[in-house]
Amino acid sequence: MSLLSNTAVLLGKEIRTEYRSRELLTITIVFILIVMFMFSITFQPTSDESRRIGPGLLWVAFLFAASLMLQHCFLREQHNDTLSALRLSVSDPFAILLAKLAANTLFLLLTELFLLPIFALMYNVPVVRVLHWLALAFFLGSLGISIAGTALSAISAQARMRELLLPVLMLPLLTPILIVSTEVTKSLLDRAPYVQWKGIGFLGVFDLIFLTALWLFGEYLLEE
Amino acid sequence: MTLPAFAPIGLRFENIDKRYGGLLALRGISLSIAPGECVVFAGRNGSGKTTLLRIAARLVRPSRGSLSFSGKSEGAEESEVRPGFVAHATMVYDELSAEENLLLFAKLQDVPHPKNRVETLLQEVGLAERRSSLVRTFSRGMRQRVAIARALLHEPAILLFDEPATGLDPQGVAWLAEAIRRLRDSGCTILMSLHGESEISSLGTRAIRLDAGSVAADTRTGATFRSILTFADA
Amino acid sequence: MVKSVLAAAAVFLLLGAAAYASFFIAPTDAKQGLIYRILFLHVASAWTGLTAFFISFVANLLYVWRRQPRWDWLGVSAAEVGLAFTTVVLVTGPIWAHPVWGIWWTWSPRLTSTFVLWLLYVSFLLLRTLIEEPERRALLSSLFGIFAFIDVPLVFGSIRWWRDQHPQPVVMGEPGSGLDPLMYKVLFFSWFAMLALMTLLIRQRFRVEAMRGDLETMQREMEAA
Repeated sequence: MSLLSNTAVLLGKEIRTEYRSRELLTITIVFILIVMFMFSITFQPTSDESRRIGPGLLWVAFLFAASLMLQHCFLREQHNDTLSALRLSVSDPFAILLAKLAANTLFLLLTELFLLPIFALMYNVPVVRVLHWLALAFFLGSLGISIAGTALSAISAQARMRELLLPVLMLPLLTPILIVSTEVTKSLLDRAPYVQWKGIGFLGVFDLIFLTALWLFGEYLLEE
Repeated sequence: MTLPAFAPIGLRFENIDKRYGGLLALRGISLSIAPGECVVFAGRNGSGKTTLLRIAARLVRPSRGSLSFSGKSEGAEESEVRPGFVAHATMVYDELSAEENLLLFAKLQDVPHPKNRVETLLQEVGLAERRSSLVRTFSRGMRQRVAIARALLHEPAILLFDEPATGLDPQGVAWLAEAIRRLRDSGCTILMSLHGESEISSLGTRAIRLDAGSVAADTRTGATFRSILTFADA
Repeated sequence: MVKSVLAAAAVFLLLGAAAYASFFIAPTDAKQGLIYRILFLHVASAWTGLTAFFISFVANLLYVWRRQPRWDWLGVSAAEVGLAFTTVVLVTGPIWAHPVWGIWWTWSPRLTSTFVLWLLYVSFLLLRTLIEEPERRALLSSLFGIFAFIDVPLVFGSIRWWRDQHPQPVVMGEPGSGLDPLMYKVLFFSWFAMLALMTLLIRQRFRVEAMRGDLETMQREMEAA
């Protein structure tokens, strides 16, 4: 009955459901590859330019992909009205949101880590020596994208034109993540890499603020 | 059905209004439902039956008025009363198997010994052989049985059925009627919304007709069962 | 009726006084000449827009808590008025930048943050057009409005931090750029006049929204009968 055990059970469900079809992850990865290729072909950056603009392009690609991937999140609960079943079963509705944002963060991270070597190859940037810091930056950035994205997905699922609406709602809201994650990634891929602690801290603060907002207002997002 | 071990619970709707924009789906509904009653709600589409049931399930907040439960055990919170709800939608996941679905909801509701409970219910609804098949492959009748099993997982003292016979073939309807009869006889309080007369409506101990969001007739206040049900589609 | 006319007259007098102060009381700037005076409009509009969005935020919170339609009406009215002032900021930006630096746009902190703000509240209004049922619309847009406003300090913060890494041409009136004390006084007076205009506009818009809300309610009642 506790929040954590409900969340764990629901997280298991999210992962199992996705694992069965694997559609979402596959298509998201392919989409990001296409976007990265398009950037690469139009800019044809030199090695130095890659270090400068590569991170920005990477995070823009992640954001586009996330805004498509997150559509699914609450739409799939409208089918057969399973959202009502969940609301009837859990003691704290926040568990539903927490499980979804954890799953979304996980899926985003999986796609990002899969794409990292390809990005490193395409843009000629060394990632191995800073891998653990990159993972931290990716984690905090993806968490922020998921928290906001999950909340906005619950909103857009109840409106018309939801396929275009979700990106329109999400992308301006996530501007801070885009800016800061890009900067942090850029300094990690620099010729003399260094960790921007202020940036990492900022991402953590963003995540905390939005997680709190989701906790405070989550049950209204799920209201009928 | 395994006899649920509970004390029967009644409900009271007090002056319930539900407003959607300018539309008053429910107006001033005040009803008191005794523990163990089996109430049939009849009425045209749009008369408010579904809204009333969803308010009883606490999925929808009333715009005004309140819902309370009577006869619950001492020390139990209002919020701990969880009616079982069977709607028109199955409320289960197509991509999971029958067993996985039931285990999921059993664990979420902290049902003791979830695996055993799920096994028992699968046997009772006759889906034990198909327990590992994805719900996506089930017929409408089978899905309805999974939905009912889901609603019964936590042994609710109150059950809500919203047009449960829709899409069922005569065999399915017969099975459903038998299941509801046994639940009623074991003391569950049941609220059902139905269209017209059927095997299922005859299980009711009381009938209420809703018209444009208000109570138009009630067997408790003298109307006959038949008159309430046959006016339903007039 | 008389009260409204008097209020409007007072606001216009204030605005006139602020304009006069901008042109004749504020000292001349050695570097930028006449054009810098647009600062009083540009910066005051930015502050006023933010004030309006803050009012919208509070209205959104109140709606989620109380569910009374009037909070929804206030929320959308304040958001629209805020968006109007924010548009003024975005339009006066290039008007200012071009004579001074020869470029139309600069990614200065204020302009960049304002642009994101503008996008957020356009989305807010857009969201409302895509939900038909009035109570859903009010609830969902209020929730989005809350998230959007919480984001505002994060947007400003992240852009400032970014600016520190990539110095941009410093536009006058940016935080950190010094202003003459007399200029500050004129600026605050301009802001005060704009707040008066903002209040007037929000009240007018609120009345229209209240009428529209009532009309919609009546229409739906008729359709249902």
